Formats: sequence, structure tokens, C-alpha cells
Amino acid sequence: MIGMAVNLTAVTFWICAPIMVVLGFGMVLARKVVHSALCLAGLMVALGVLYASLNAPFLFVAQLIVYTGSVMMLFLFTMMLIGVDTADELKETIKGQRAAAIVVVVALAGLLGFTVLHGIVGPSAGLAGVNNAAGGNAQAVAQLIFGRYAVAFEAASALVITAALAAMVLSHAERLTPKERQRERAERRVRQFASDALPVAPNPAPGVYARHNAATYPALLPDGTAAPGSVAPALEARGQAVVAEPALKLPAQSLHNRLAAQAAELDGRPRLMADLPDAAPALTAKTDASAEADQEVEK
Amino acid sequence: MNENYYLVLAAILFAIGVAGFLTRRNALLIFMSIELMLNAANLTLVTFADAVGDLTGQIMAFFVMVVAAAEVVVGLAIIITIARSLHTASIDASSWLRR
Repeated sequence: MIGMAVNLTAVTFWICAPIMVVLGFGMVLARKVVHSALCLAGLMVALGVLYASLNAPFLFVAQLIVYTGSVMMLFLFTMMLIGVDTADELKETIKGQRAAAIVVVVALAGLLGFTVLHGIVGPSAGLAGVNNAAGGNAQAVAQLIFGRYAVAFEAASALVITAALAAMVLSHAERLTPKERQRERAERRVRQFASDALPVAPNPAPGVYARHNAATYPALLPDGTAAPGSVAPALEARGQAVVAEPALKLPAQSLHNRLAAQAAELDGRPRLMADLPDAAPALTAKTDASAEADQEVEK
Repeated sequence: MNENYYLVLAAILFAIGVAGFLTRRNALLIFMSIELMLNAANLTLVTFADAVGDLTGQIMAFFVMVVAAAEVVVGLAIIITIARSLHTASIDASSWLRR
């Protein structure tokens, strides 16, 4: 029975340890910070598994929740705030620093490794007795935390609360301009309507009068052109918005052509349909034609 | 099995953390390297708790976790504040006090 358990511990260790070392190297060597963070998250999961095999189920769960669950996700959130794809620049600021660092690290690893290679002498005592005496690992840890280490625990809670307050104070950004509420927005729109003849109504949502109601399709104005501001700027910057698609204007153009033909009929003057753009491109030609048609109507 | 292997693994992980701390220039990566070093120290504590048969090592690892969480919160807030004004997470950028 004992031999079985020892073997299982060894199997767990020899599965997790290479994974952890590889992931550790991956964290240091990855160009992108996101890849490093994912490597570290995987490493922490494997470390939690080692905790479980070392008779520390409470720390196993705490490791998963605190480190993998919150600390690494906090890192990912920070990356999203700063910019995910900021690759680390690889130029050395101090000349020869990287080579020196590698020498130091190899020396340190050798020193630590050889020091601890015989750090534990004799068979390990094991925690089964201690855990079973309290009725389980979590109970045993709880008796210690809320007993002998209660003051330290309270201090730690004060530390955590202070850290939360500090984070709020540090990352708080004061508003530079007063917030525009509904009343101010309405007043600004009316003012801009008076001064610049901007529309009073809200901006059209994506997909209004468009060929498709996906968010990447801009709203169309009655003359068939894409309404500015109806597609999120991020989509436009990424080139995902369908702004320059001539097919967007096809229905409006064909409608315009039909109306122009009817106007020509009412005028009595024959108008060459060849003058009018029939199909997709030539947005300028269409606007010229529409201006001409407007003049005809005014006459 | 020989529990010294756990200690060797912790030493290797700690050295990898030191390597990342010394060679990378991104503040987030430096922070992650520190986390890796803390984790390696935790592994040592838990290993010794099992070897000695005393739960104090686990308690210490638990407090290391608590302090590390608080440290990460404050550190990331500082990184965000710096990145907001400098638009980069590189630690070489924040040398304006020297100029």
C-alpha cells in the first residue's frame, strides 16, 4: 500500500516537473507577453498538482483559485489595458547584461540545486498523521491559522484591504471634462444643428438601410453613401468595416436611375440613360448626376 | 520517492524566474518572473512541511500567497498608471526622473 502511494507520487512528480520546467523556459523566452502569461498559468496549475501530491489539498485549491484564477487573470486584464500585442523589444540597454545574467542564473541554479540535493535527510515524516488528527488537511490548516497564527492572519487581511484601496487610488483617473449627460447632449446637438447643420437625431446604427444588419456594414444615407460614424472606429481601423464596398450603393443607384428616367419622361426631353451611372462604381459620377437631376427638378 | 527532487525542481524554477527578471525589459514579464520565484519558494515550503511532518510550512506558503496577491494588485496598478502616461510597459521608458 505504501509502495503504491509512493509510486503514484513519483509518477505525478515526473509528469509535472518536466512540464513545469518547459513552461518556465517558455515564459522567459516567449516574445509576446500573452504567451508568457499562459505559460505561467499552466506552470501554476502543474505546481498545484504537486501541492496535492505533497499532502496539501488546501494549498492546491488555494493555488488554483488565487494564482491561476485571479493573479494570472489580473495579468491578462492588465495586458488588455496596456495592449496585448506589445512585443518585448529585444535590444539590450546595458551592454553585455544578458550574457552576464545568463552566467549568473546558471551559477545560481547550480548552487541552489547542489545545495538542496541532500537537503532532506532520511525518510519524510509525511503529513498523514497531522492531517488525520484534525480530521483533514483543511481543518488542520484552519486550526493553525485561526489559532496560533490568528494575529498574522488579521494583519494579512488588513494588508489585502489596504492593497485593494491602493489599487483603486493608483488606477483612478480624474475626469478632465465634466461628464456629458442627457440634457447637455441634447443642448449640444441643438446648438450644432444651429451652427453646423449637423443632424439632431442620434447617429444611425449599423445596418440601417444597409444590405446587411451585421455590425461591420455601415448605415446608408438616402443617396446610398455610407453614413459616417455608423460603424465602430475600431472596426474601421482594422479594415473590417465594409465601407468602400460599391455594392452597398447599388440599390440606391438603381432607384436613382429609375427616378431620373421618370423625371426625364415628365420633362418631355429625352435623356440618355448612358449619362447616368448604371452600376456599381463611379460614386462621383452618381453625385454629379443627382445634382443635375435636382437642378432639373427645380426648373 | 526522494523528496529532494522537489527542492531541485524549486531551485530550477527559481533560477528561471531570476533569468526572466534579469533579461526581459517588459514590466509585466518582470512581474511574472517575480511570481515564479515566489511559487518556487512556496514549493520548497510545502515540500519541507511534508518532509518534517509539520503544517507550519503550509501556513507560510499560504501567507506568501496572500502577500503575493496584494503585491500583484498594487504592482499592476502602478504598471497601469505608468503605461497610461508613457503608452508602454517597457521599464526602460520610465527613466524620466534621471533626466
